[in-house]
Amino acid sequence: MADKVLMKGNEAIAEAAIIAGCRHYFGYPITPQTEVAAYMAKKMPKIGGCFLQAESEIAAINMVYGVSSAGKRVMTSSSSPGISLKGEGLSYLAGSDLPALVVNVQRGGPGLGGIQPSQSDYFQATRGGGHGDYHMIVLAPASVQEMAELTVKGFDLADKYRMTSMILADGTMGQMMEPVSLDFDIKPEPEKPWATTGTKLEREHNIVNSLSLVPEELETLNMKRYERYKEVEKNETMYEEYMVDDADIIIAAFGIAARVSKNAVNEARKQGIKAGLIRPITLWPFPKAPFEKAVEHAKAFISVELSMGQMIEDVKLATSCKVPVTLCNRVGGMIPDPEQVLKSIIEVNNGGVE
Amino acid sequence: MSTKQFLFSGFGGQGILFAGKFLAYKGLIENKQVSWLPSYGPEMRGGTASCSVIVSDEPVGSPIVSNPDMLIAMNLPSLDRYEDAVVPGGVIFADSTLIERKVKRSDVTVYYIPATRLASENGTPTLANMIIVGKILKVLGEFNDEDVKAALGKVVSAKHADMLDVNLNAMKLGADYE
Amino acid sequence: MVVFDKPHALIDVPLHYCPGCTHGIIHRLVAEVIDELGIEGKTIGIAPVGCSVMAYNYFNCDMIEAAHGRAPAVATGVKRADPENHIVFTYQGDGDLASIGMAETVHAAARNENITVIFINNAIYGMTGGQMAPTSLPGQVTQTSPYGRDTKHCGFPIKVCEMLSELEGPEYLERVTVNSVKNIRTAKKAIKKAFQNQIDGKGFSLIEVISSCPTNWGMTPQAALKWIDDKMIPYYPLGVYKDRSAEKEAE
Repeated sequence: MADKVLMKGNEAIAEAAIIAGCRHYFGYPITPQTEVAAYMAKKMPKIGGCFLQAESEIAAINMVYGVSSAGKRVMTSSSSPGISLKGEGLSYLAGSDLPALVVNVQRGGPGLGGIQPSQSDYFQATRGGGHGDYHMIVLAPASVQEMAELTVKGFDLADKYRMTSMILADGTMGQMMEPVSLDFDIKPEPEKPWATTGTKLEREHNIVNSLSLVPEELETLNMKRYERYKEVEKNETMYEEYMVDDADIIIAAFGIAARVSKNAVNEARKQGIKAGLIRPITLWPFPKAPFEKAVEHAKAFISVELSMGQMIEDVKLATSCKVPVTLCNRVGGMIPDPEQVLKSIIEVNNGGVE
Repeated sequence: MSTKQFLFSGFGGQGILFAGKFLAYKGLIENKQVSWLPSYGPEMRGGTASCSVIVSDEPVGSPIVSNPDMLIAMNLPSLDRYEDAVVPGGVIFADSTLIERKVKRSDVTVYYIPATRLASENGTPTLANMIIVGKILKVLGEFNDEDVKAALGKVVSAKHADMLDVNLNAMKLGADYE
Repeated sequence: MVVFDKPHALIDVPLHYCPGCTHGIIHRLVAEVIDELGIEGKTIGIAPVGCSVMAYNYFNCDMIEAAHGRAPAVATGVKRADPENHIVFTYQGDGDLASIGMAETVHAAARNENITVIFINNAIYGMTGGQMAPTSLPGQVTQTSPYGRDTKHCGFPIKVCEMLSELEGPEYLERVTVNSVKNIRTAKKAIKKAFQNQIDGKGFSLIEVISSCPTNWGMTPQAALKWIDDKMIPYYPLGVYKDRSAEKEAE
């Protein structure tokens, strides 16, 4: 406890990235994630790192592409509209099998939207965000501690699988302060023999590239990439279960929605309703197993989201629609309060809502 | 087991976020679970500022305080907006220099502290926030110099170490106000 | 005796460029310079989207294929990943550099990013089959300006060297061409200087090479080289547009 410090979620991400060995950050200011950039601007020059404010999110993600090509840990962060601009780069990173860490501290959309918390980029994050067949590893922190831990984890996974790891947070997670322990087990970075660091005239030239004009070859590349994605699905799925074992009503929620839902589950239990919570920590790969198990005893599921209902599709898929799945949501920067979630639990428990 | 939910609200510039941060740090030092969540965005510039602080013996669920145990209202719009949200039996601290009306509810305890006036008479016009924090700690029975200094040490930057005692004195002023 | 040989920095494979295209000459000049400066082992090249998209197959140094227009941003990343040990060049066409990637170009120049940019200006989109480029001349007929580039409708060509020379940032800007032996010699000198500047830590150097596109201009290679003299150079005068170090010395 003594070594814990109070930090904003955004700052915790930045500090954790530095601890994880990231020495290159590129970004463009946007609320509510600007503290990440500000923290990096302050820290990087003092530790021999590079913070550069790019001319746009597009430039920033391509600078990330450059550093990653050169084999070093690198990150960028933004909020929803900025992530859309990075979409092109995310697709190219995937197509070139480059590791990177990208942070999305979500705000309400679409368009310019608002600046208050949201989870409405779930589809964008879990379905890729850019063009083509690909995935990112999507990590959803629900505390400032997890903002830090999943940043470290994100770098490890990105390097291990040569993928982009995305931290999908929201304005609340970015802005809130909680105690954080920054005592991490830092794994050594893997060798990157594919990196373009100069041949030193000692090897064939390396090429970082996403172009492949022969359909048979491009097909093979995609198939192989998806074999790697299968490994990720098998090995890296993360979730938290809370009072699920005997639960009749099970909430699915991530990030801030899961925090709110936990309060509601506690209150429901006090009122004699067997409620539980499954909190996906990886949104891709989505944790299907706990849902497959829980659907055998649950009467219904409720997806609590700060969106018009995006994760609910994955909940329905994971439960094969064997029992009803309903949505409890607020959008536009609003956050459901525990009372709303409790009301939803009570209604569903009474069989009132389809 | 206990959980205290605080809601600080006032004008931007009144040190709302700072006061909340102090309480969060004090909780942290005392091995409590804490969370601090500010309002953010354009509303902070000149408009209202608010922050939610939770100090608990258990892991904090939602960090959003919609029904505070303790409301700290540092201006009239804040009292107007949040008075009804306070839990029955809760406590309201009102800066009576800036809030002329009385609290309407009868199921809460209210402390009227002319914090802005006290602060300016004390020669520290920016510390109305800490005067109220002093009163909060007194009401909670948690005012002791040692813990307060330790928490102040966390929120007052090393560059302004001289402000430590100034803050402490402001808090004492609030604690002693009847 | 001088033996004509392929530079080591150029891989000995057939290039995919059209007959009479000047990309081959410019590739060779870049490769010769890399050889002469002895930097192949530490050089990383960035290929664009456009006709030279597959330049990564031709240069022997490490290569990266960038998204359309983003080469200067990618180069910024590669350079800053290891400023002491990386020599970084981008090789970009006019659509890539002056249209979709204009922001990346201008800001890399404004930052005086310590990279070398080889800018191929042939006033047309080659790879997609001859559409209007940001550098297409007024009145120039292309697939998307079939009645000639109407400046009232779609504005004027962008003179990249002139425009960037207004910036405080860049170290070196020169426009050259490769339509004669003499001009090729000048071009090589400029390219060499652009790499040397980077080695010396002087910053952003851009060499604009006025090029021909016989295929999409609808001309014989010979006529295309003459068209450079007749039409392109009057609009895009050759010469040094900025040389900060020389200017300082002159003072």
